[in-house]
Amino acid sequence: MTFPGAPRVPNVAASAQGRHERRRSPRPSGVQRAAAERTRTTLGRRRVVNVVMVGVTVLAAVLATLPLIFILGHLIKAGASSIDLAFFTEMPKPPGEAGGGMANAMVGTLVLILAASGFGLPIGIGAGLYLAENRGTAIANGVRFLSDVLNGLPSIVMGIFAWQFLVKPMGKFTALAGGIALGAMMIPLVTRTTEEMIRLVPVSLREAALALGYSRWRTSLVVVLRTALPGIVTGALVAVSRIAGETAPLLFTVLGNQFWSTSLREPIAALPLQIFSFAISPYDEQHALAWAGALVLIGIVLVISLAARFATRSQFGRGGD
Amino acid sequence: MAATESPRVPRPLATPNAEAPSGSTHVRLNAEGLSAFFGSSEVVKGVSIAFRDREVTAIIGPSGCGKSTLLRCLNRMHETVPTARVHGTVTLDGQDIYARGVNAIEVRRHVGMVFQRPTPFPTMSIRDNVAAGLQILGRQRPSRAETDGIVEDALRRTALWDEVSGRLKDSAVGLSGGQQQRLCIARALATRPAVLLLDEPTASLDPISTQKVEELVYELRQDMTVVIVTHNMQQAARVSDRTAFMLAGELVELAPTHALFTTPSDSRTEAYITGRFG
Repeated sequence: MTFPGAPRVPNVAASAQGRHERRRSPRPSGVQRAAAERTRTTLGRRRVVNVVMVGVTVLAAVLATLPLIFILGHLIKAGASSIDLAFFTEMPKPPGEAGGGMANAMVGTLVLILAASGFGLPIGIGAGLYLAENRGTAIANGVRFLSDVLNGLPSIVMGIFAWQFLVKPMGKFTALAGGIALGAMMIPLVTRTTEEMIRLVPVSLREAALALGYSRWRTSLVVVLRTALPGIVTGALVAVSRIAGETAPLLFTVLGNQFWSTSLREPIAALPLQIFSFAISPYDEQHALAWAGALVLIGIVLVISLAARFATRSQFGRGGD
Repeated sequence: MAATESPRVPRPLATPNAEAPSGSTHVRLNAEGLSAFFGSSEVVKGVSIAFRDREVTAIIGPSGCGKSTLLRCLNRMHETVPTARVHGTVTLDGQDIYARGVNAIEVRRHVGMVFQRPTPFPTMSIRDNVAAGLQILGRQRPSRAETDGIVEDALRRTALWDEVSGRLKDSAVGLSGGQQQRLCIARALATRPAVLLLDEPTASLDPISTQKVEELVYELRQDMTVVIVTHNMQQAARVSDRTAFMLAGELVELAPTHALFTTPSDSRTEAYITGRFG
């Protein structure tokens, strides 16, 4: 507020306007004053509420990341000292002996991831393509619903089913059964992300391809799927990182293996299983190795997540319009 | 050009009387009693219209009058939308494109189309975008060297060559909107279609890019049939030889562009071009 006779407001344009208005109503009326008073008090309250709410959300954000920081910190403290070259290259030592590594378990996890991807990715991507290309049909809606249900299926249930329908008929625990169980867990996730990513591809692009004389399947494969590919890769990597640490389905299918094996037809070692068996053993050396294994497992998941982020960025970083 | 000029429509950029394209009256594309439906609603109602060779035919009309749908019936794109149906016949050089046994894909190779928004394939380079229509020709697919020649030719025709010749391997998404649209026209031209359908090709472009596309359309009529749907009456007046006016799914009038804009025979056409509705 400026009074008559107060120093000129430096803003010339505004002051000219202001003088004109002041002349018409020299001082605020009672109603205006009351309104201003009300504004001042509610403004104070709004500021307080604002600060409190921002504080609460910041706290929630910190709490959300705290478990990971805590876990990582503890894992490094308990496990980092056991991570050396031998950990990556040697087999587990018999109980009570110091040293040894988890080479077979790491390779086993790799084999399982490859088997699961080989089984789950083609089916998941194909199903996602189908859902996106046939949206609205009864079959698509049914498949989408069931795949959402499957996505929420507890992994132990998946393990039991894999045991019932794969391990039992085959007569033994095999890496193949584990790969299929993990792959089946990947399918719904890959299906839905593929569908979402394909939906992001504009209809106009599809029409442009059709108008050039592309057949429907070629349009889907060459134009639509290729355009959505970075997103689909991201979805696949997220699915892989989710199943990499799964333990429950493996307990029923691959069993674990003390020895070196990469065969799909034999029981195979896996990091989560090795961690589990070392963690419940009574030996301190094995406890330390279990922590180290957990750290490596988290590291693998972290690397996959970073790769997924990189794939996503290359998709949207290039788009300019 | 003795007819009185309508005050609202500017004189055409180049009047089509000079180099007499109207000398050839060969009908390339002919629609007979064409009706198009979405579900049960009839969007195009029994339209009969002939598009002549080496002519630009503009289709104007208010939003929702069915002009885009009519266009999409001419290369069988209409049927790609769920619940869409087409009645009537469309002949391309005498051959009914809706006849039994005619492959829609084959039709679309001969009747190219460019859309309202530029649609370069984002995963492909500039060169590959232009060559996209050639890659699907199976056994008739041109060799690499031939493809390069066709790409250059198409880019030259769309006046893009000088702008992009140094970066043919770059992503097409890096081009400006106007360049992208001309790229799409080049892509449609590369397969040497007999007919080119343009669905409001300048609707999302700035005036300079619009002018370039219009000049291009004007050039194209030398060796092909062009049908352009446009919202912009001035554009129709500038680029077309004949103009069709559509209203509520019906073809109201088809006349030489100059005649339609100066002495329309239908009172609804006159009302529309003088801005009384639409």
